[in-house]
Amino acid sequence: MPTFFEKKQVVTPGELLAEGDYLAGENTYAEDNKIYASRIGLADCDNKKVNVVALRAFYFPKVGDMVIGTVLEVGFNGWTVDIKAPYTALLRASDVLSRPYKPQNDELSQVLNGGDLIVAKIASYDRAHDPQLTVGEPGLGKITRGQIMKVTPTKIPRVIGRKGSMISMIKQEAGCQIILGINGVILVTGKTPEDEELAMMAIQKIEEESHTSGLTDRITQFLKEEKAKREENKK
Amino acid sequence: MSEKPEKLIDKKGFRLDGRKPDELRPIKIEVGILSNADGSAYIEQGKNKILAAAFGPKEMHPKHLSLPDRMVLRCRYHMAPFSVQERKSPAPSRREVELSKVIRESLEPSVFVEYYPRTGVDIFIEVLQADGGTRCASITAASLALADAGIPMRDLVVACAAGKVENTVVLDLMDTEDKVGSADVPLAFMPNLNAVTLLQMDGILTPEEFEKAVNLAMEGCKKIYTLQKEALKTKYIAIQQEEEVEE
Repeated sequence: MPTFFEKKQVVTPGELLAEGDYLAGENTYAEDNKIYASRIGLADCDNKKVNVVALRAFYFPKVGDMVIGTVLEVGFNGWTVDIKAPYTALLRASDVLSRPYKPQNDELSQVLNGGDLIVAKIASYDRAHDPQLTVGEPGLGKITRGQIMKVTPTKIPRVIGRKGSMISMIKQEAGCQIILGINGVILVTGKTPEDEELAMMAIQKIEEESHTSGLTDRITQFLKEEKAKREENKK
Repeated sequence: MSEKPEKLIDKKGFRLDGRKPDELRPIKIEVGILSNADGSAYIEQGKNKILAAAFGPKEMHPKHLSLPDRMVLRCRYHMAPFSVQERKSPAPSRREVELSKVIRESLEPSVFVEYYPRTGVDIFIEVLQADGGTRCASITAASLALADAGIPMRDLVVACAAGKVENTVVLDLMDTEDKVGSADVPLAFMPNLNAVTLLQMDGILTPEEFEKAVNLAMEGCKKIYTLQKEALKTKYIAIQQEEEVEE
């Protein structure tokens, strides 16, 4: 029962990864007791489970994901929201108002209008229906301040870092609140636009160098240097 | 336009451009060259120059074309007006409409279409310069564009043609050989799964010659497949090396 790859080897779709007693993990598929890659990525084996960490992928909705979306349209009893997925999501009026929606009393476009940004969680999704969003949890809802940036969805785990080490470091160093949408949209809110810009520069750097080692240390260094530079300019 | 050549294969057994009967034209492939597309690829095979771009998966427009249980693949093969000797009208010709369908159907078996119901993927293929065998080169490039867009696939699809010229079975026909020669057999297949996704024949071949042509085309496909994989990996090989340092 051999495997046909080295750890972290770049594999292409259709490449034979393992034969025999193995399980097909992420971005792989099994056929005739053989496991093949289905996306370009880095192959890895974890206790009989063969995974491929995709280098190219798109966001696909999953129940419970926190996402940041743009309101596209105000409908009859809710909104349609673009969450950068193959499907547009729906947000129901009763969910936002947290009471039954009465068309004669409530004007939906005054609550949320086209172009507004929201932080939401995916409440339900299956093959037959478009994803439904909910904002009924603390921290979710309309975004009123801060800046938005977009990264490739496959890079989000890198921005979080091991057990959130990377993201908590950036938050601390830049003095910003950062909300990561799993769909690759990031909200940065700080006291001043300069703070926000600093955090965004760091995230940009992570995206560009996401595959290199010792990244957290390098980003810490980068943030400290940038901060020092700014102190200098103020004087 | 050049005159019809007297001999397609000379006494020593070499073809018009100096290739042996079982030799491919020089091939150059690049992946991810269009930043506005979700995935893209460019191929040069001899004098052929072809761009392929993939968009999606996204919601289908118009919506009624979407299917409840699977993703829809749409494909447009188009030749630029300047891609051939005599200016080609930019409007899609009967031939281009047919080739679009043929290319789509040869790519479809490779994509996990049932993973993403109600969505669509658009593939655009633009032939910038044509010199015979554009459908095969287009399939090779379009498959790479799909992989570059991050769409899950069973295997990459490669295509290559074989044919008959002056009673000899030859690989990878160029324009003159295709027009003057007596048969053309384009073949697309998925090498790892050993599955043929496109097989056409134009011309007259005996059963023996046909078998020989198919086998020759398959050999050609396997050679192109290594180049295709290489092109896809080149973009990311630096990543692998740096990851190794981390270990």
